[in-house]
Parts: sequence; structure tokens; C-alpha cells
Amino acid sequence: MAAATALQQQLARAGRRRQWRAFMLTVPLLLFLMLTFIVPIAALLKRAVESPEVANALPRTIAALDTWRDRETAPPPAAYAALAADLAALPDASDAGLLARRLNSEVAGARSLVMAAYRALPLKGDAKEALLGADPRWAEPPYWQAIAKNGSRWTGDYLLASVDLRRGVQGQVERMPDDQRVFVGILGRTFQISLVVTLFCLLLAYPLAWWLTTLPVRTANVLMILVLVPFWTSVLVRMAAWIVLLQSEGLVNRGLIGIGLIDHPLALLFNRVGVVIAMVHILLPFMILPLYSVMQTVPTTYLRAAVSLGSPPLAAFFRVYVPQTYPGIGAGVLLVFILAIGYYVTPALLGGADDQMLSYYIARYTNVEINWGMAAALGTLLLAATLVLYAIYRRIGKAELSLG
Amino acid sequence: MKRILFATVLCAGFAAAQAQQQITVVNFGGTQAQAQKKAYYDPFEKATGIKVIPVEYNGEQAKVKAMVETKKVTWDVVEAESPDAQRGCDEGMFEKIDWSKLPKADMVPAAVTDCGVGIFVWSTVLAYNGDKLKDGPKTWADFWDVKKFPGKRAMRKGARYNLEFALMADGVKPADVYKVLATKEGAERGFKKLTELKPSIQWWEAGAQPPQFLVAGDVVMTTAYNGRIDVANREGKNLKMSFAGSIYDLDYWVVPKGSPNRDAALKFIAFTTQASQQTVYAQSIGYGPTNSKALENLDAKVMATLPTAPANTKDALKFNIQFWTDQGEALEKRFASWATQ
Repeated sequence: MAAATALQQQLARAGRRRQWRAFMLTVPLLLFLMLTFIVPIAALLKRAVESPEVANALPRTIAALDTWRDRETAPPPAAYAALAADLAALPDASDAGLLARRLNSEVAGARSLVMAAYRALPLKGDAKEALLGADPRWAEPPYWQAIAKNGSRWTGDYLLASVDLRRGVQGQVERMPDDQRVFVGILGRTFQISLVVTLFCLLLAYPLAWWLTTLPVRTANVLMILVLVPFWTSVLVRMAAWIVLLQSEGLVNRGLIGIGLIDHPLALLFNRVGVVIAMVHILLPFMILPLYSVMQTVPTTYLRAAVSLGSPPLAAFFRVYVPQTYPGIGAGVLLVFILAIGYYVTPALLGGADDQMLSYYIARYTNVEINWGMAAALGTLLLAATLVLYAIYRRIGKAELSLG
Repeated sequence: MKRILFATVLCAGFAAAQAQQQITVVNFGGTQAQAQKKAYYDPFEKATGIKVIPVEYNGEQAKVKAMVETKKVTWDVVEAESPDAQRGCDEGMFEKIDWSKLPKADMVPAAVTDCGVGIFVWSTVLAYNGDKLKDGPKTWADFWDVKKFPGKRAMRKGARYNLEFALMADGVKPADVYKVLATKEGAERGFKKLTELKPSIQWWEAGAQPPQFLVAGDVVMTTAYNGRIDVANREGKNLKMSFAGSIYDLDYWVVPKGSPNRDAALKFIAFTTQASQQTVYAQSIGYGPTNSKALENLDAKVMATLPTAPANTKDALKFNIQFWTDQGEALEKRFASWATQ
């Protein structure tokens, strides 16, 4: 009895040791994932809800604005005095700059207002008069509302703005005004373009991949290289090539006019058509490769058997062959679609003003406006949308393919 | 003997240190970078022995901000557009400039700022292909006149400049443009005027595109950076530009805060503000010098291509930095919304 327990214990210990060793082997991968994937995404999410600028720079003003309940009438005189004291207490000019940037992304114009007040320091006499003297706009409630609203270090404002919502004067959630409502539309456009691209990729890649599997291995390999060569070429080079081909006096248009199909050059560039053509070209290999690898495993005998049992060839193809390639279709579609929704350079160079996808605006907020909170919120939106789609795919696709 | 040897080694050491010193200068690339190499980098290296390493970027201030925030500054001198120079200065991204070492008195007033040294004047102009249009457009009203000049027009993707052009096409005088645009009705009016032209607009993203469009015949006219048109003409094209209602602005040298080579960077900046170097630059690309003495050395042919020539500034508009740093984000967002309608 005692021997049996000892044996059991020994076995359990050996099992634990083996598990532990296996776990240790995966540690480098886990660390890698942690550093390259989880930490950046966590940082992104944090940026999207972080708003320390106002809380850091204007603690007295925020306290003074606590008594300003209606947020519509003139702010209390104590707020002016507190603001003057806060500005004077800023350790460095750059803090005023950061405050100005944060407020300006709430109310256009706040940047020059804050900077002018900061430069007017030290304020003499009555704070309110001095501030109004520096800029009469200090009498207008919107700037004070922006300060009062952003008193907290954490904010949902960026995330709300990424879906065209905002917090009103009293903190209630409301829709953005008409002319500032953009991102929901852009997200929709991003999905629409990606969907069209994915569909075209599938339509083009499926017959090609199928044809490749029917060829002798040698020929198939040679043709595979043709598929892969553009895959190895720089995206920018390929885009420049498309510009040469598609411009109004380019090869495609001249050819079409030459054979008398059209009189006037077609608009193939700097619109949706150009974006879709170039994206399909760039993403095509990502559809062909998974399709090809799955099709290679499908025995050709099934199709022949179906035909010999009396099925018309087309019906046999769709009812016997295609279902066996579903995993390939699923993998290809998912891969192309997820890559497509992140596209940025292609629409930027080949599209018009209304063909830009969400990533273009993420890049814009990162590089041009330097509003990283907004960029992070849009990134979060894109990430969330991708995850939702993936979840839907898992449900529909009955978990045939999983990325996790 | 020993002492001499020691001195020699010391001298050699100094010389080596001198030869090794280098600064990284960041520019916008393209033809402009070639002109800078010819006018500034090469002569500076020859004169001081400090090596200049050129780096290209596309104006992304995010990179500078990231360097300054992480205190790993590898860029010493950066060319920045005026709103970025201004904003970055406010936010403490750039070093303050010691103007006592620069020819302040000779510089045009707009070139002298706290953190930025204006290095050249550039302009966004109306351009067309002289081979295809004999009697071309002169004003923004002509640009909007699709009956008289049928065909596509190219404009920079975004609200900046285009709203100003739209208002001028709608009859607003250059001097009043920013006054009108600052009002709610004015912005509305600008977008409305843009809507009129929307079906004929082809958008460009990079400065190299407009001359290509014109040469390829994709568009009948375009807004363009004057230097790009000038360079295309040097390559044998016959592109024309109109400076009436053009918007001119300066590009600035800035030094990211915490640059390890601050002194060499300032030395470089001082070198590039000399009239002699700016003359070479203006002769290589049609961008105007900020040292007013450089204008004296330029002949009439070069002058005609410069935004700073008196004949060209007459009906031109100075870009309003404060307006765009204040309103830019909101107006660009509105532009994105307008584009989808």
C-alpha cells in the first residue's frame, strides 16, 4: 500500500517535471509574444484612455470649476484666479504646450489661447481682467467646459470620438456634430474595400490554384515562382508600376483605345478602382498559397468517382471538390481580409480623398496631428473590429481553422 | 623628443576627433535634398571638417517627439514645416536658438523664431502644362472654371491650402482670406466652393505627383509646390505657374532637444544662413532665400521662379501658422467627413 503511494508520488513528480520542462521550452516564445505583442497592445490601450495633461497642469482650476454647475454661464471668478496660479506654477514651457495641444483637440483655438496666456505671465492685478486682456476669448464658456471636462487623468473621450460620439457639456454621451462625424463611415469603408478585395482575390486565386494542382510538379513549381516573384517585390515598386499602367495615357488605357473599345481614357487611378486593383494584386499570393496547399491534399479520385457515378461535371465540382477545399478558402479569406483592413500606403498613393482607410487616419493622428490618444483609440477600434470578425468567423467556420 | 612625440600624438588625436565629428541633418528628400547637398552639406564639410549625414523623412514629427521623450536623440538638425516648428517649440521638443551667432539683421522677419531658423521660402501655386494650354489659367477663379478649361484638376489631399484657394476663387481678397476662414460661415463657404469642383478633382499626396500628372496629361491644371515645377522645367518640360493667390511659407531648421551635437548643429545652421550659400540653393531649386542679401546675387531668370521675388509676392498670401495650428485638426477632420459626402 505504502509502496503504491510512493510510486504514485514518484510518477506525479516525474509528470510535473516533464510538464515543467516542456513549459520552460516555450518560455522564449512566451517572452517574445509578451514583448512584441501583448506589451505594445497594452500600451496602445492605455494611450487610448489616458489624458493626464489637464489634470497635471491645472489642478487648482479644476477644483475651482467644481462649483460651476451649469457649465453654460460665465465661469466663477475664482476659476480665473486659479488658472493664473496654475499657469504660473507650470515647471516648464513645454507643459503649457502639452496642455494647449490637449485642449485644442477638444476645442479648436484653445492652443493659441493657452499659449498667449502663458506668454503673458506674470499676470498683474486682477486675474480675470489680465486673462481677458491677453485674449478676450477667455470669456467664452467652451474653453472652460473643455478644462472642466478633462479634469480626470483617465478619459473615454478618445474612444467615444473614434465612433463619432462625444461627451456633452454635462457629461452626457451624444453624437458628434454633422461635420465632425467621420470614423464610423471610414470603418465601414475600410470593411467594404477589404471585402471587395477579398472577393476578387478568391475569384482569381481559386481557378489558378486549382489549375496548378492539376499540372505536373515541375511545371507547377515554375508557375509558383511566377506567383511569388511579385510577392517578393517591394510594395512601393509595384504601386509605381500600377501608376504607369493605369494612368490616363498609360498602357491599359492606350491599349483599350487602340483596339477601339473606348473613346476616352477610363479613370482607373486615384479612385476606388485603382485601390482595389493594386490591393488585389498585392494580396493575391496570400490567397493562392493556402488554397494551393489544401487542394494538393484533395485526392482527384473523388471527383472522377462522382462523374463516373453520373453527376454532371460542374455539379460534381461544386458539390464534391469545393467542399473539400473549404479550409483553404477559409484560411485564405481570413488572411487576405485581415491584411486588407490594415492597408494604408496603397490607398494613400492610388486612392482619392474618399478612398482612405482607417489606417490612413491612424497614421495621420500619429505623425501629423501628434494626437496619440486619438491614434491609439482608432487603433483599438480597428483591433476590436478585427476580433469581432474573427469571432464571427470562428462561429460560422465551426472552428475549422484557428489562429489561437 | 618625448615632448614633441607627445604633442604630435595629441595633435593627431585632435585631428581624428575633428574628422570624426558628424551631424545628422534631416530633410524632405527628392530634388530638394540634392539642392541642399550642393548648397549646404558639401561646402559645410569642406569648410569645417564636420561630416553631414543626410536623412530623409516626410515631416513626421512623431519621430522627433519619440526621440526627445525617450532621450535618445540621433537627429541634430531637422527641416520642419512652419506649424510643426511652432507646435514643437511650444511643447519643448526643440532647442531654443541662440540668435547672437546668426546673421539676424539680414534675415527676413518670418525666419526669426524662438526655436526655428527659416531656411527657405516655398509656395503652393497654380500650375499647368504650357504645351497643352496656350492661354492658361491665371487665378483661382479660372481654376474653378470648368467650362473655360474642361478637364480634371489636381489638389493636395486635405483641407490646408485648398480652403484658402476656394475662398479666393469665390472672390475673397488674399488679404481677407484668413479673416473670413476663421468664421463659421467662412469655413462653410470654403467647403461649399470645394464641393462645386469636387467631381473634377484628382487628389495628390506627395509633392512629386503634380508635375507628373501635368506631364502625363492626367490633369489640365494643378496646385503644386513651385520648386517641383521649377525642377521639372529644368529637365526640359514647359510647365507654367501663376503666383497670383499662391500661398507662401517658410521651412525651418530646428534642433531636437537633447541633441548631443548641439554646437555643431548651430554651426551648420549659421553656415546655411549665409547669403553665399543661400544663393547657390536658390539657383538649384526655385525656393526663395531667407537671407535677404542673397537676393542681390540672383539674376532675373532665377528671380522669376522664386516666391520671394517682388513680382511674385504682390498678390500672394502668407500662410497663417496660428490659424492652422489652432484649427487644423478640426478642419482636416471636417475635410475627411466632406470627402465621403
